[in-house]
Amino acid sequence: MNSILTSKWTKVVVFLVCLIPFDVLLWRAFHNGLAGFPNNMDFGANPIEFITHATGDWTIRFLVITLAITPLRKILRLPQLIRFRRMLGLFAFFYAFLHFSTWIGLDHFFAWSEMWKDVLKRRFITAGFSAFVLMIPLALTSTAGMIRRLGGKRWQLLHRTIYASAILGVIHYYWLVKSDERKPLLYGSLVAILLAYRLGAWIYGRGRGATASHATRAEPSTAEGA
Amino acid sequence: MLIKKAPDLTYKDVTPKGLYMGRRNFLFGIAATYGAVVGYKKLTRLLAGPATGSTPVKLTGVTKWPYSTTETETPIQDVTHYNNFYEFGTGKSDPADNSKNFTTTPWTISVEGEVAKRRKFTMDEIMKLAPLEERIYRHRCVEAWSIVVPWIGFPFSTIAKLVQPTPKAKYVAFESYYSVNQMPEGPSAGIELPYVEGLRLDEAMNPLTLLTVGMYDETLPNQDGAPVRMVIPWKYGFKSIKSIVRITFVKDQPPTTWNIANSHEYGFYSNVNPNVDHPRWSQATERRLGEFRRRPTLMFNGYGDQVASMYAGMDLKKYY
Repeated sequence: MNSILTSKWTKVVVFLVCLIPFDVLLWRAFHNGLAGFPNNMDFGANPIEFITHATGDWTIRFLVITLAITPLRKILRLPQLIRFRRMLGLFAFFYAFLHFSTWIGLDHFFAWSEMWKDVLKRRFITAGFSAFVLMIPLALTSTAGMIRRLGGKRWQLLHRTIYASAILGVIHYYWLVKSDERKPLLYGSLVAILLAYRLGAWIYGRGRGATASHATRAEPSTAEGA
Repeated sequence: MLIKKAPDLTYKDVTPKGLYMGRRNFLFGIAATYGAVVGYKKLTRLLAGPATGSTPVKLTGVTKWPYSTTETETPIQDVTHYNNFYEFGTGKSDPADNSKNFTTTPWTISVEGEVAKRRKFTMDEIMKLAPLEERIYRHRCVEAWSIVVPWIGFPFSTIAKLVQPTPKAKYVAFESYYSVNQMPEGPSAGIELPYVEGLRLDEAMNPLTLLTVGMYDETLPNQDGAPVRMVIPWKYGFKSIKSIVRITFVKDQPPTTWNIANSHEYGFYSNVNPNVDHPRWSQATERRLGEFRRRPTLMFNGYGDQVASMYAGMDLKKYY
């Protein structure tokens, strides 16, 4: 298992798998104009809504997957999973960026003042917009060089902002649905479980820290090791 | 997260191999169960074979109403595959998928309440109550999308005149068909069912208010409200209740489904109004299906000349 996880090819495969939702969108876009193509393979009657929902769904899914890495690597004892975390987080940002761009360019056709009013006035847009804006610094500091420059600890601290983005993302979804709350509640519970795990681990770790001596300092922390 | 060594873990802490493998089996079990459930659903759908429900048939002897909009009709493919009909699921393409086996024969509408002549109408009787007209109306959803549909039907007032409302009748309440057997998605819709709607008596009697039995030259497809629905073109789409089984003339304003679900967002009147926003989005513009750019929404969906007088002096922000 470890040799699979540490192989550089695995990273390439994961990267390509993460692009599948995007490929499917491109495929549908290409077939949208072809007459007689089966309806369930194009964008349907409202393509802009379809793209908005698809990119939004994949944003929250990638946020959940990214947040699941730390618990999974500990529970499954597969520390090498960490190799994929930054990439998965960047895919969350990639789909969020597509989602946001769809809203700006396709849905509202760059009607800036209208959109800005919506950001302030419509609370589900406020939440979604904040979630996206909070992800920007994380995407910008996702390179190995930035980790080095910031130092592992500070980088870690900054990148905990993803907790806020995930929570705001769920709230954004919950506030926008009309009545069927099953999907937002599903993502909400997943995010809650993943954050509760961290809280539990932190409380547990603090309890231990109080009794254990501070003798051994951990190895130099790099983001990849944390 | 801080990196800590775990000096307290010793060899005896290692999970026994059996347990470790057990957990893996457990995870595999979850995945397999999920796969089996999804697979079973797809399989049963496949095995169910071709739809056994009611399918649209051609309507003849339909006259063309002279006041139809000349705007481009929305393709029937869109009008039949982009629906809000929560009894068949909350996704836009769910109604087309899940209503295939919906049986609408036999069908009766019961007309009751404050009327001189209560009675039940069979679907055959409904079809012969008045000459069928094709009326091309704009249809504006509260979700800010719109379509242009050639409906077929006759004014609702035809029914009212037959049953003769008493002077006590001030409102008309409508109720949709609901059965969990035929509509297994209903319980997860998040709204109370059966779906109910209502109109003020004068709104119901307005010549634009259409009791609708068809569209695009045929009887109504299941996902569009077969076999009989209302179309009230100056109100948001959810007022145009589908698959009607009961019409009751009443004294007081009747409860309406979306108002019960969220009274803050969906009022009893729900007239199309670009100046009164939905709390979560603007109603100033809409996307016509098939068009790229949003277009401005018209007051009363462009039917102000025919309906505005009914609301003279009313605060439409208060009575949204």
